[in-house]
Amino acid sequence: MATTMNIQRERIHPHKFTLWVGIGSIIMMFAGLTSAYIVKRSQSGWVMLEIPFLFWISTLTILLSSVSVHFALKSFKKRDLDRYRKFLYLTLALGVAFLVMQVMGFYMYREMDIRITGAGSNASHSFILAIAGLHGIHVLGGIIALAYIAIKASSLQRREYNIVPAQIIATYWHFVDVLWIYLILFFNWMR
Amino acid sequence: MSIEHTTTVQESASLASTHDHHDGHHEHHHEESFISKYVFSQDHKMIAKQFLITGMIWAVIGGLFSVLFRLQLGYPEMSFPILEDLFGKWAAGGRISNEFYYALVTMHGTILVFFVLTAGLSGTFANFLIPLQIGARDMASPMLNMLSYWFFFLASIIMFASMFIQTGPASGGWTIYPPLSALGQASEGSKLGMDYWLVSMAMFIVSSLLGGLNYISTILNMRTKGMTMTRLPLTIWALFFTAVLGVLSFPVLLSGAILLLFDRNLGTSFYLSEIVVKGEILPNEGGSAILFQHLFWFLGHPEVYIILLPALGMVSEILSVNSRKPIFGYLAMVGSLFAIAILAFLVWAHHMFVTGLNPFLGAFFVLLTLLIAVPSAIKVFNWLTTLWRGNLRFTPGMLFAIGFVSLFISGGLTGIFLGNSTLDIHLHDTYFVVAHFHIVMGVASMFGMFAGVYHWYPKMYGRYMNNTLAYIHFWVSLIGAYLIFWPMHYQGLAGMPRRYTDFSNWESFKQFGEMNRFISTVAMIVFVVQLLFIFNFFYSIWKGRKVTTQNPWGANTLEWTTPVRPGHGNWPGEIPEVHRWAYDYGKDGRDFIPQTEKISDSESKH
Repeated sequence: MATTMNIQRERIHPHKFTLWVGIGSIIMMFAGLTSAYIVKRSQSGWVMLEIPFLFWISTLTILLSSVSVHFALKSFKKRDLDRYRKFLYLTLALGVAFLVMQVMGFYMYREMDIRITGAGSNASHSFILAIAGLHGIHVLGGIIALAYIAIKASSLQRREYNIVPAQIIATYWHFVDVLWIYLILFFNWMR
Repeated sequence: MSIEHTTTVQESASLASTHDHHDGHHEHHHEESFISKYVFSQDHKMIAKQFLITGMIWAVIGGLFSVLFRLQLGYPEMSFPILEDLFGKWAAGGRISNEFYYALVTMHGTILVFFVLTAGLSGTFANFLIPLQIGARDMASPMLNMLSYWFFFLASIIMFASMFIQTGPASGGWTIYPPLSALGQASEGSKLGMDYWLVSMAMFIVSSLLGGLNYISTILNMRTKGMTMTRLPLTIWALFFTAVLGVLSFPVLLSGAILLLFDRNLGTSFYLSEIVVKGEILPNEGGSAILFQHLFWFLGHPEVYIILLPALGMVSEILSVNSRKPIFGYLAMVGSLFAIAILAFLVWAHHMFVTGLNPFLGAFFVLLTLLIAVPSAIKVFNWLTTLWRGNLRFTPGMLFAIGFVSLFISGGLTGIFLGNSTLDIHLHDTYFVVAHFHIVMGVASMFGMFAGVYHWYPKMYGRYMNNTLAYIHFWVSLIGAYLIFWPMHYQGLAGMPRRYTDFSNWESFKQFGEMNRFISTVAMIVFVVQLLFIFNFFYSIWKGRKVTTQNPWGANTLEWTTPVRPGHGNWPGEIPEVHRWAYDYGKDGRDFIPQTEKISDSESKH
């Protein structure tokens, strides 16, 4: 029995594996959207894309949140649950700040006098709404998951020794971070 | 011995991750309530049955729709007052209105492609067979698995509801091409029904993804000791590639559908440009309707293999078991599945040859499309050589498997015609296309599904289905399928187009009036025989002949080492270890050698 347990330890945890396959699936979705963007851009009537300044600040925010979730996981491994909780809440706050800035960014288009939906809108800015919006929904999913383990970690009744859920959520969080950086660079270069 | 005390490779994985879940494990297994056993079940076998029965309900609805529109095509001049009683304004004067006809065709396609042959087929057999055949207690994540069914259920409810709204369900074809599907003012079916369709499909995609992730993760991580990838039954290989195709292609359909939702509801112009509807000039500019077709067919083509591959795998297994011979060319079978899965992603534009696609680009898609003939021919060759000189046992499952091979050959051959972009100019959107995909994808996969149901029914319910009814079901379905779809090839070659409700006033095609009537008559007979299958299925759950032995077919795979009616966890004791591949039939003078039997000294390892 002991040997089979050891064999299992060396292999990747099935839930982590599932997450990686899921990440592959999400990548396909955004690959579909960004290639649609490229196809659309090469056709006539394309209006050059404007990127609100706020999106760059939100990029910085989500980058910081990735660093923070990394430290959270590190603290968990050192069994420093107090620090773990603090970093979780910091990550959560940065994640929410990111989402708020994303939403505000789209309101800035109004001041820039660019229509992203409705009559007079152009596909270029509709695309950034659709793509960044979908990314935002994925971040929201991450925030809910983070909040869940943060609340669990704050409960005094139960001490958590299982690192797998935290590792899975951290991996996902890094992924949505990298995904956004890809998207913002993509938009920047493919205006 | 209860499950949680047998710590095995699989167990340690799931238990390690859910310490808190562990406490709740006891009651879950020993005092199952009706709700946790039959409704919100996390047992893969129950979830499989839920998928199967939901799929069967959908199959009846979808099949009934085809009977209705065949009624119109076969008897365009007649009026059926009962239709007006049933459908009101949709069949005013007892004749199916044009709008209703399109709604029926669209729903028939959507239901059969997605709800029956995707969820009903791979949902059922991936759930049922993967843990049983690889030697696992359950899926990697039973919770996600349960959610997968309930998202499918939600999608079903929304799609079903769309048929009862005032403007009717979506009616732009199952491919929902914009601009028709994007503009509510363009047709009744593009109004609210279209939004229902899109939301329902979004739920369906979530269901498929949750299921697919689980299948892949389970196959790669949860195999029992000794079950190497090359010892897997071909069913599992096929279900694995099916899941990979789904996980990589469904998200792209979701992207396309989301952009369509934007165009419909937020006034964006992804797919719309310079359109005039009923004299009204729309403000949309700069969109491209062809963009949607690219996004759609990037899923749409893999989707037809998502439908077909599980059938390929199950047929391989059933043919081998009932020929009492090893499958011919096991690795070639795996290799050809792999080749088909790869090519599935590289041929989508063959659905778009006549959209103004650059002919030079089209040539590559022709080449890649025709390449699919190679792995398909390998599979056919291997099935035939498996049957060759076998001790054939004509069980209902076996008959449907052989019927599948027949349909796969005849339907596959017409694919070679359609894959040529020059021929496609003539054949595009004719009944030739209808005949091709119904035989090779629709009926063939249905046959694979029937083969699977008849073959694994003893494992599902511990009883057999009635053989006499099954034989009637088989012969009428097989002969009927050919009688329905064979004549359509002639109609298509003559240029008869799809999507018309009435050909009687059309000089070129009114000669086919009799033929259409014949096809419609056969379609109705075949539909009635399917009801016989459904009766047989439900009747046998309670009244069927009981299975008395653990391994009624004398098969090698692991599902037959479980008790006749396995509980949650599948094996009461430890999970058996695997020592050989799944196809040792008729070896060393023995009829069959189960996978669990150790390699003897006189054998070489494999």
